[in-house]
Amino acid sequence: MTVAVNTEETGKKIAEAIPGSVVSSEAGSLTVDSKSLAQVSEFLKNTPGLEFDYLTVLTAVDYLHYFEVVYRLVSLKNNQSLILKTRVYGRENPTVPSVTDTWRAAYYQEREIFDLLGIKFEGHPNLKRLLLWEGFNGHPLRRDYL
Amino acid sequence: MPIKTEQFYLNVGPQHPSTHGVFRLRLSLDGEVVTDVEPIIGYLHRGIEKLAESRTYTQIIPLTDRLDYLASMTDNVAYCLAVEKLAGIKIPERAEYIRVIFSELMRISSHMMAVGFYLNDCGAFFTPVLYMWREREKIIDLFDMVCGQRLLYNYMRVGGVSQDVPDEFLPAIKKFVAEMPRYIGEYNQLIKQNEIFLARSKGVGILPKETAVNIGASGPVLRASGVKWDIRKMDPYSIYDRFDFEVPTGEAGDCYDRYWVRIQEMTQSLRIIEQAINQIPAKGPICSEVPQFFRPPPGETYGYIEAPKGNLGFYIVSDGSIAPYRLHIYPPTLINITALKDMMIGWKVADLIIIFGSMDVVLGEIDR
Amino acid sequence: MTLLDQFQLILKTAGWPEWAVYLTPAIVGILIIIIFVLTVVIVFIWWERRLISRFQIRLGPNRCGPEGILQPIATAVKILLKEDIVPEKADKLIHFIAPIIVFVPILLIFAVVPFGEGAILVDLNVGIIYVIAISSISVIGIFMAAWGSGNKYSYISGMRSIAQMVSYEIPVVLSIVGIALVTGSFSMIKIVEAQSIPFILLQPLGFLIFFLGSLAEMNRSPFDLLEADSEIVAGYHIEYSGMKFAMFYLGEYGVALAYSGIITTLFLSGWQGPLLPPILWFIIKVMLVFSLIIWMRATLPRLRVDQLMSFAWKFLLPMAVINLVVVAVEVLVLPAGLQWVMVILNFGLAAVLILLWSKLFTLGGGRVEV
Repeated sequence: MTVAVNTEETGKKIAEAIPGSVVSSEAGSLTVDSKSLAQVSEFLKNTPGLEFDYLTVLTAVDYLHYFEVVYRLVSLKNNQSLILKTRVYGRENPTVPSVTDTWRAAYYQEREIFDLLGIKFEGHPNLKRLLLWEGFNGHPLRRDYL
Repeated sequence: MPIKTEQFYLNVGPQHPSTHGVFRLRLSLDGEVVTDVEPIIGYLHRGIEKLAESRTYTQIIPLTDRLDYLASMTDNVAYCLAVEKLAGIKIPERAEYIRVIFSELMRISSHMMAVGFYLNDCGAFFTPVLYMWREREKIIDLFDMVCGQRLLYNYMRVGGVSQDVPDEFLPAIKKFVAEMPRYIGEYNQLIKQNEIFLARSKGVGILPKETAVNIGASGPVLRASGVKWDIRKMDPYSIYDRFDFEVPTGEAGDCYDRYWVRIQEMTQSLRIIEQAINQIPAKGPICSEVPQFFRPPPGETYGYIEAPKGNLGFYIVSDGSIAPYRLHIYPPTLINITALKDMMIGWKVADLIIIFGSMDVVLGEIDR
Repeated sequence: MTLLDQFQLILKTAGWPEWAVYLTPAIVGILIIIIFVLTVVIVFIWWERRLISRFQIRLGPNRCGPEGILQPIATAVKILLKEDIVPEKADKLIHFIAPIIVFVPILLIFAVVPFGEGAILVDLNVGIIYVIAISSISVIGIFMAAWGSGNKYSYISGMRSIAQMVSYEIPVVLSIVGIALVTGSFSMIKIVEAQSIPFILLQPLGFLIFFLGSLAEMNRSPFDLLEADSEIVAGYHIEYSGMKFAMFYLGEYGVALAYSGIITTLFLSGWQGPLLPPILWFIIKVMLVFSLIIWMRATLPRLRVDQLMSFAWKFLLPMAVINLVVVAVEVLVLPAGLQWVMVILNFGLAAVLILLWSKLFTLGGGRVEV
């Protein structure tokens, strides 16, 4: 069984290593500050006992007053998983640091989110529209897109 | 006088016989050697994620058929599992077994297409494909028997399956399971020792273990690179913990290993089907009572299965209404093609085609 | 004395003018051969489609006429009625003449193919060399088609064609020299008459080399890199349609017929055979060779371009040279009556060499650092 790690403990560990990064840790998921995401991802990948080397789903949800970017991390070695979230406010130019340096699995998924939800990923090597054509107006998966 | 040179670009696709759909690769070539690859996708984008936001949970099931149209049944299963997880619905024992049997049949069928067309990409003039189709036809007949459809089944329901299997189904599938190992032996006899096939696929398109994990590859692509990771084994969903089967892995991570892992998985799927036929309860409900317009509690869930092509997941956010607030599909093949650039650069055009063929992509799933 | 010579003699004795005595038999002969070739090509197309569908457990065309024999005619009508499309960026003149340059040399080959005893257009004393010379002209046509189309796929195909054709010419010629050594002549008729034992038994290695080399010469699987439909779609004829495409299509089968005929002549003792008339024996043997080619097409995947080249230069060429040397020594040393000794010796040699090379020569890998 892939066990979901205890988010509170993990949250504490992260908060110790990178102060001010953890926003909240609910039962199923861990929410971190979007500014420290790059550091947190490095920490989660390289810390013994966590070793989340495998990023599966990366998606974003539009809650109208903020976007929530969701990462599901799996550690193939320890067979455990973690759902990591970060929130980004503002609809004009929402920006989240990219995690492609840590997990290349994010490459296409970040491009897709940029395409369909309009969230910019800072540091992404090739942030272009993925599914829709260049010059398409708007971001269709936003809830206010009609 | 300096000779004027310019970069030779080649567009492979969107209309090309070996791109398995409408995939486009923009290649930079040096002679026949590939120096740069840029995959361009989106030609089959139908906006399934957006469409799902205005449909009820049951109405989304036919949409999932259109994802990986060579393995529609597993797409159904993945979606239904995710919704059941979200709404907390238990499904009857018999339905669980029917789901397992059909998922594994679908896996065999999908791998057959993958292997057959991989050989076709190698240049074997359609013979392997047609041999594979002979047996795939039998699987499709079995699907036809239960749901009257041959490609887009729309068979699974939230809470079970849409209808019980007919009486003639069990004898038919027993016959199929008994015959199939002989056919797999025939494939091996035809393909595995073929000198040209070995020369074309051994050592070609190597995906190292570390890269495979880092790019998040899944399914046979990940296992061929030597990572023993199968969700059916590592995180058993449904009733997979009741079956005894092995997870075949490769060593080198080359095209040959990806082919061979698929062939071995077909054998393992047959084992699972055999056990499921023996264990399936003779009578019983096949779908639990779920209202037509049910409202899952607000919240979010991620349901995922081991689909033939890898880890297929559905991330669903509910706001308590009859339609999902957000539905995200995690497509395994989109993630797998992240590695294309690493695998293809330095190989020739002919290798590029077979490397792409060995990834077993379906554009319906990549573009959604 | 070929049939044409006899025909000339009859006309001469009938008192025809000098020019008509030469011209009439030539025109009649050419017409007969063209009609024969086109008929057999149509049968070949039907036979390939039927046989390959048997290999692929399906039926194949079986609706037009009995057993679908009229299907190639329907296909031909369809192709001829298609619009002739010339790409905008094509070199119009070259695009136009390329199919002709591919097709005409293939017809020319048949001038020296003996269909029966004396049934040959001209019995050249350098017959087989003529075949080699003429058949290499098609390469130029293919390259012109590839270049003139202005398409990148066909451009790749053209580059492949030159490399492939040039390298396979050498082992093919070397294996022919072995035969010329035994017969002492390049004339096709003399070669057939010398085969009291078919040369396939006398020179099994030479046969294999010639067969594989000619597969590459006529772009047949597993050496069909020029048209590799899974890689470069259709290669050099990607931009052709209508009549021009039909020329390539007919040429493809015409060259298959020509090489099947030459293999029959060189290695399978041509028209010779008991009971049946010579022309029937010839057709039976040609069909056998062509069926073997179809069988390979239905079974084998395609080689990659560098593997193809190393197969020619590292496998076929050394074998051909060794074969040539051994045959030369045998011809010198062994008395003419002891051909059966030569058969045994050569089979042994072929087995040893093939086993040795299969150990020494491996393909695979092939990544280039860029």
